[in-house]
Amino acid sequence: MIDVNNMKVGDTFEEVIVDNLTRTQIVQYAGVSGDYNPLHTDEIFTTQVAGYPTVFAHGMLTMGMTGKMLTNLVGDDKLKNFGVRFTSQVWPGDTLKTKAKIISIEKNTDNVLVNFELVTENQNNIPVVTGTATALI
Amino acid sequence: MSKKSMPIEKGHIMMFARAIGDENPIYYDEEYAQDRLGGIIAPPTFIQSAAQFNPDNPLRPKIGEPWFGSGKTPTGIEKKENESKDSASTNMLHAEQHFEYHQPLKPGDVLTPEVTEGEKWEKESKRAGLLKFSESITKYFNQDNELVITARSVGVVTEKVVEN
Repeated sequence: MIDVNNMKVGDTFEEVIVDNLTRTQIVQYAGVSGDYNPLHTDEIFTTQVAGYPTVFAHGMLTMGMTGKMLTNLVGDDKLKNFGVRFTSQVWPGDTLKTKAKIISIEKNTDNVLVNFELVTENQNNIPVVTGTATALI
Repeated sequence: MSKKSMPIEKGHIMMFARAIGDENPIYYDEEYAQDRLGGIIAPPTFIQSAAQFNPDNPLRPKIGEPWFGSGKTPTGIEKKENESKDSASTNMLHAEQHFEYHQPLKPGDVLTPEVTEGEKWEKESKRAGLLKFSESITKYFNQDNELVITARSVGVVTEKVVEN
């Protein structure tokens, strides 16, 4: 968890949000989110009809796991904004790490507004998600 | 309950947290959550599962209707010869997602979405050919008609298959 009294612009935090992503976890996400697009869970459709090498994760699963890193960092019910761009696909077997860098700090009388720049990268250091978040701590 | 409203449920939140690999007890342990925030809340991207309550969700199989995933054959929907690739939903990808949080989501809340179509634009890409972007903005209101979350989503239809 972030130390509000000792943080400064440029501080960077990181967390591995998934190690060796499984197809089963993608199925779990499909089931709970209601996005049953076969591109995420149906190997036969995805390879033979859509022409991809294998199924791939929902962008929103990666965003959800990126959000877990953020709430671990800033605490529960602190986020004001959270936005991402999906820059590359996430495949079964991937290991993802989220980095959050403080880009600005606004101190108010009874709270602090912190802006973060985010990137989630795979094991080859390719960004899969980039974005920003604002927390009121 | 209107046909598009979304009830926020405790079990649904717990399963969502499991799916994103989040062990935080604030999402399932009533006692723990009671002491901290007065009760369980939902994770920041939980609202995405509103799709479960959308009667028209094209990405959920409908009883008695053909589904484009595999069964006896690799797809349950045969493409007509002149049909563009766009219509098969296989080329629609999620490009961006933004959330603005006004209040925490809690079990018992019942949300109603208000959807507005945003901008549409095109871009040429070496990797995926012509990209057609479209934006939609959804405001979720709770049972007291208070704005809880604003979601902005950008979808993209690609000309070619994208493999990283």
